[in-house]
Amino acid sequence: MASIQQGSRLSTFAVLYRILARDILVAMRRQSDVAAVFFFFVIAASLFPLGSGADPKLLSSMAPSVLWVTALLSCMLSLSRLFASDFSDGTLEQMLISSQPLILVVLAKTFAHWILSGLPLVIIAPFIGLQFNLASESLQVLALSLFIGTLALSLIGSVGAALTLGLRGAGVLIAILVLPLYIPVLVFGAGAVTATTIGMSPQGALSLLGAILALSLVFAPLAASIALKIALE
Amino acid sequence: MDTVKAKNGINWLKYASPKTFYPLAGRLIPWFSAGAFLLIAYGLYLGLLVAPTDFQQGEGYRIIFVHVPAAWFSMFLYLLMAGYAVLGLVLNAKLSYMMAKAIAPTGAMFTLAALVTGSFWGKPMWGAWWVWDARLTSELILLFLYIGYFSLQSAIDDTNRADKASAILAIVGAINVPIIYFSVKWWNTLHQGASVSLTKAPAMAAIMLQGMLVMALGFWLYSVAVIFARVRCEILERDNKAALLRQEI
Repeated sequence: MASIQQGSRLSTFAVLYRILARDILVAMRRQSDVAAVFFFFVIAASLFPLGSGADPKLLSSMAPSVLWVTALLSCMLSLSRLFASDFSDGTLEQMLISSQPLILVVLAKTFAHWILSGLPLVIIAPFIGLQFNLASESLQVLALSLFIGTLALSLIGSVGAALTLGLRGAGVLIAILVLPLYIPVLVFGAGAVTATTIGMSPQGALSLLGAILALSLVFAPLAASIALKIALE
Repeated sequence: MDTVKAKNGINWLKYASPKTFYPLAGRLIPWFSAGAFLLIAYGLYLGLLVAPTDFQQGEGYRIIFVHVPAAWFSMFLYLLMAGYAVLGLVLNAKLSYMMAKAIAPTGAMFTLAALVTGSFWGKPMWGAWWVWDARLTSELILLFLYIGYFSLQSAIDDTNRADKASAILAIVGAINVPIIYFSVKWWNTLHQGASVSLTKAPAMAAIMLQGMLVMALGFWLYSVAVIFARVRCEILERDNKAALLRQEI
């Protein structure tokens, strides 16, 4: 944020890039937070076979829903951190009164959140899928659907994070607000993988997932930035 | 609001102010309550006594006279709530926020009623209390959306922020309602669960439709009466100088 003191107007991409780089740098200074979400995903997904028995057929039919629901919960767990630490030390207020549009700030922070909590899941999920006896074709669709889907999850989640900013019990509240809104992403994400496992084309579900991503890319940062302004009023 | 009023001199905008709306709502509530009582009584009479027994479903089908209007209103009231939320955010009108807040409990009540009566209907017809049908599932999710609205509203102590934040949530939810409905429908066709469909309803006798419409109208008047009563309480609670309260006593 050094350039603000000169009052110079940065290009859109420069704003996005600087906030993104800053958020990732800050997160890297506290790596255990990032790792915790990742390990939550791995551990929670591994619990399901222990609860249901190790029948390979059952596991492979369960895998899309189990992996997707677990991914959804892991994304949600880290949401409350999206704005909270910047809110508590006053950085967020400075961003709000800076000359850059708040919507860009939100977009960059959301994207940083995705890189830190969504992308690791996309990378590790195929390996967990192997444990669930998924075929290689399904594993590819799983990774692709998570790639598109977790981006949408981060975007939709940013609205919930902004609405609950600084509230008591924000962690549980965010789950109640955001989980119903996550349902379409879950349906199409897990649906794409299920379709592949039963030999149908996942294309329809993936396209709809992409449509949800496009919609949330337009509306979620807008709604989240309005919510942030309300929270910081 | 004042500038709008001054420019156009439209009379009804007067009632956008809580102070003038409070007595108006008070005068209207008895009329709406009486209308609701009469219409619901007439609708139940049509549904329970006049309408013929369904030759496939027997007497059990009569629950639809409550179920279908309740399901209509669960959705309609959510949209109405989101509409007032938009109005509140655009015009910054306090009364709109109060209306949105007052609509939520009634909407949630109808959602719950639709779910419960639906499962009462499902037990004899489908042999199961619950079926993951697209309509049932999206109705359940609608209930979750209402719960989210309440939770956010009650978690924020500052009235101003609570109003605006929950307004945004209501709008985001309203945009999501059709998406959720179609995703659940698609999910249902993919998974091929129970092969029952509510959509292929048999052609309905005119008297049945009439009964349902009368019930729906009755529910509408009931909703208005209850919502007005709740808005009046809300106005009293927020009236910091307690001027209205003193009048009341």
